[in-house]
Amino acid sequence: MTWIQRWLPHPLFAGFLLLLWLLMNAFSFAHLLLGSALAVVISRVTQPFWPERSRIKYPGKLMLYLGRLLVDILKSNLIVARRILFHSRQLQPGFFTYPLTLTDDFAVTMLASTISLTPGTVSAHYDREGRTLLIHCLHLEDEAALIRDIHSRYELPLKEIFDD
Amino acid sequence: MIEWAVNLAITVFAVAIILNLYRLAIGPDIVDRILALDTLMINSIALIVLFDIRLSLGILFEAAMLIALMGFVGTVAMTKYLLRGDVIE
Amino acid sequence: MTPSSMPFLLELLISLLLVTGALFALIGSIGLARLQDFFMRLHGPTKASTLGLGCLLIGSLLYFSFQKGTVSVHEAIVTVFLFATAPVSAHMMAKAALFRGVGKGGPSRNYPEN
Repeated sequence: MTWIQRWLPHPLFAGFLLLLWLLMNAFSFAHLLLGSALAVVISRVTQPFWPERSRIKYPGKLMLYLGRLLVDILKSNLIVARRILFHSRQLQPGFFTYPLTLTDDFAVTMLASTISLTPGTVSAHYDREGRTLLIHCLHLEDEAALIRDIHSRYELPLKEIFDD
Repeated sequence: MIEWAVNLAITVFAVAIILNLYRLAIGPDIVDRILALDTLMINSIALIVLFDIRLSLGILFEAAMLIALMGFVGTVAMTKYLLRGDVIE
Repeated sequence: MTPSSMPFLLELLISLLLVTGALFALIGSIGLARLQDFFMRLHGPTKASTLGLGCLLIGSLLYFSFQKGTVSVHEAIVTVFLFATAPVSAHMMAKAALFRGVGKGGPSRNYPEN
């Protein structure tokens, strides 16, 4: 283990902490020093809590994914709002299981969060052994189409981004 | 115009908070109450931000961030307690 | 309270963001209050309220950025934090509800057995 690996086990996380510190306070040299010290100490102290590190292979594609996610959140909110306001008595809620092909923990977390924020679905349980997600849907019509949709729209891009 | 919009938004959020309190009161299960508290937290952040604009202070965001942090930790702690009977394992 | 030099279009945009945000949050709370089943009620707050608060915070960001002449990033941090945590707390609440058997025999189909 080299010197830099011992002191900066999570360079991305440390950089994020430093950036957050500088954004929360006004930028000055003193804050830069204090923020760097805190970033190094915190990322070192919390190192045992972290599972194995995920590798983001294509940061550009991740940005693209987040941008599309934002549009999808807006769209799904309009759908959910209409259902709550006008069709709340005709809704047919239901659960379904989604077979995962992702294996990386962080990628699965991203997918579950995406599912919770978008099209009328909330992820309710993650089965680690069976590699499935239990999803609740506010208005479940065509289960197979929904699974296909999630797979092509969110899971495949995530697979590519995290090189899983 | 912004003043008008802020006043309208404050009224709407007040109504939303009353609806959350209604759900908090009737339950029926404890998870419903946790959900109501979580939503109440989101709506109170909104009210704080709106007051910040209304009074042109620009300093209340820290309170908003604290409520966001504590609300999230609180929700997770309560659900964890229900799931395991213990908060810190 | 409105700075007199603020351009009309910016003022309109901020007002629209504030009002739409408030309406989305209200819809989320209506969903929380009137839907029949816990798992259905979970949808309103996790999506609509989070987006509503996101709109509101972006409006506040624009307002204070204009008023102070610098980019005010604090609201952006709160927004990112909320969008990252809302699905996690929804997931935890759904897990707790499944564990307690809430909504069994309710309107939700395919309720898992264990």
